[in-house]
Amino acid sequence: MAELRFSNTHEWVKVDGKEALVGISDYAQHSLGDVVFVDLPNVGDTFSAGDEFGAIESVKAASELNIPIGGKVIAVNDALLDHPETINKDPLSTWLIKIEVATPVDLSHLLTPEAYEKIAK
Amino acid sequence: MNKTGLYDQHVRLGAQMVPFAGYLMPLQYTSITQEHQAVRQAVGLFDVSHMGEIFIKGPESHALVNQLLTNIVPQGPSDKAIYGLLCNEMGFVIDDLFVYPLGKDEYLLIVNASNAIKDEAWIRIQSHAYDVTIDSASNRYGQLALQGPQAEAIIIEKFGSTFGQLRFMQYAFADFAGVKVLISRSGYTGEDGYELYADPNTISKLWDYFIQERQVTPCGLGCRDTLRFEGALSLYGHEIDENTTPLEAGLKFAVKFEKDFIGKAALQTEFEQGPSRRLVGLEITGRGIARADYEVFADNQKIGRVTTGYMLSGHERPLALALIDARYAEIGTTLDVIIRNNPVSAVVRDTKFMDKKYKR
Repeated sequence: MAELRFSNTHEWVKVDGKEALVGISDYAQHSLGDVVFVDLPNVGDTFSAGDEFGAIESVKAASELNIPIGGKVIAVNDALLDHPETINKDPLSTWLIKIEVATPVDLSHLLTPEAYEKIAK
Repeated sequence: MNKTGLYDQHVRLGAQMVPFAGYLMPLQYTSITQEHQAVRQAVGLFDVSHMGEIFIKGPESHALVNQLLTNIVPQGPSDKAIYGLLCNEMGFVIDDLFVYPLGKDEYLLIVNASNAIKDEAWIRIQSHAYDVTIDSASNRYGQLALQGPQAEAIIIEKFGSTFGQLRFMQYAFADFAGVKVLISRSGYTGEDGYELYADPNTISKLWDYFIQERQVTPCGLGCRDTLRFEGALSLYGHEIDENTTPLEAGLKFAVKFEKDFIGKAALQTEFEQGPSRRLVGLEITGRGIARADYEVFADNQKIGRVTTGYMLSGHERPLALALIDARYAEIGTTLDVIIRNNPVSAVVRDTKFMDKKYKR
């Protein structure tokens, strides 16, 4: 089981071979508050590391989502369209998009869970 | 950064504190949605001690207050608070406020925290020809808002049945441990409820009583905004500001042309011609939430902007208030709101997002 890696903009990525899941951190969901809406890309869209790939909205505000590593979107989590609050309940296992990545994957710019925990307080 | 007298209580309750109008205020304690529901279904307590208090006293105070305000303020003492607008000569809104006509020569103005200094300066300039004294008392007063269907029972139990007999906007004084507390049946949530004014120390004791002994839900500014939005109540800096008139913002009910006031000529002309912009409700039919300052388009041109917008539980679609060209203000008109560079469909609707629960 691959470990999560975090961006300093509070997204996580979990790489499994040529695929990776992307979500937001517990700190991010807590800071946002009640999530009421997600705006996700289309399957087939391609992003470079750091690109804005969508938006997540809580009751109070909209925040952009940045992709931790580059890749092509191969699936979006449609269940979130009707139940965005899942992100608040279980942020680390609620993925937003699944991407296809080029191997070997460069994760050197991302943070380990231990390192991320130190900045997200 | 200023703190209200309740800062320590907020921190102890785990509030997320944010700067607002020069004060560190609680945004939320648990979640905006939960606190919003507490007010709609039971009762919630807000610290609104950041609000400004300005006394106008003296033999010509009644005349000055009526010259300043768009609404008619009866000579005090009167047990009914009055909502009105402070406008400039062009009819634009300097602030919206409540007046308590405490005595024949004594009027208490409750103003927005963000405007308190500006308002005081304006009032002082306008007061030169009047025999009055202006006393800015914001630091000597704290304010609580107890809001929701269970507020009445709590107030009656603590202060007596007199306070259950108050109608919306009526007020009376209560005695709390020898201190006079102004209790007004009013609020900013669309619910029945009360607002209480006293010195910060008394307000702190009242807060502790409601929270600890009555288990009232503490509520932050986050849900204060969602609640007032659902009630379609204007917020200065959003629906009204110094580029907006009360008539555009749908506040004609608080503008009385049968008396004189600053800005009357401009507003009367605007009234006769019809305002060129109107505040409307929007229902977002496309995918997205319209937020403050997002542009509104129709016929390929910008026709206005969103002033406030939310996706609230209990509503099928996101809702918004928007200030738009009056020619597009008819209910049912289809418009676009620009959300992250994409046009998203919206339909003009009334601003009655809920039935207000005032005790009239």
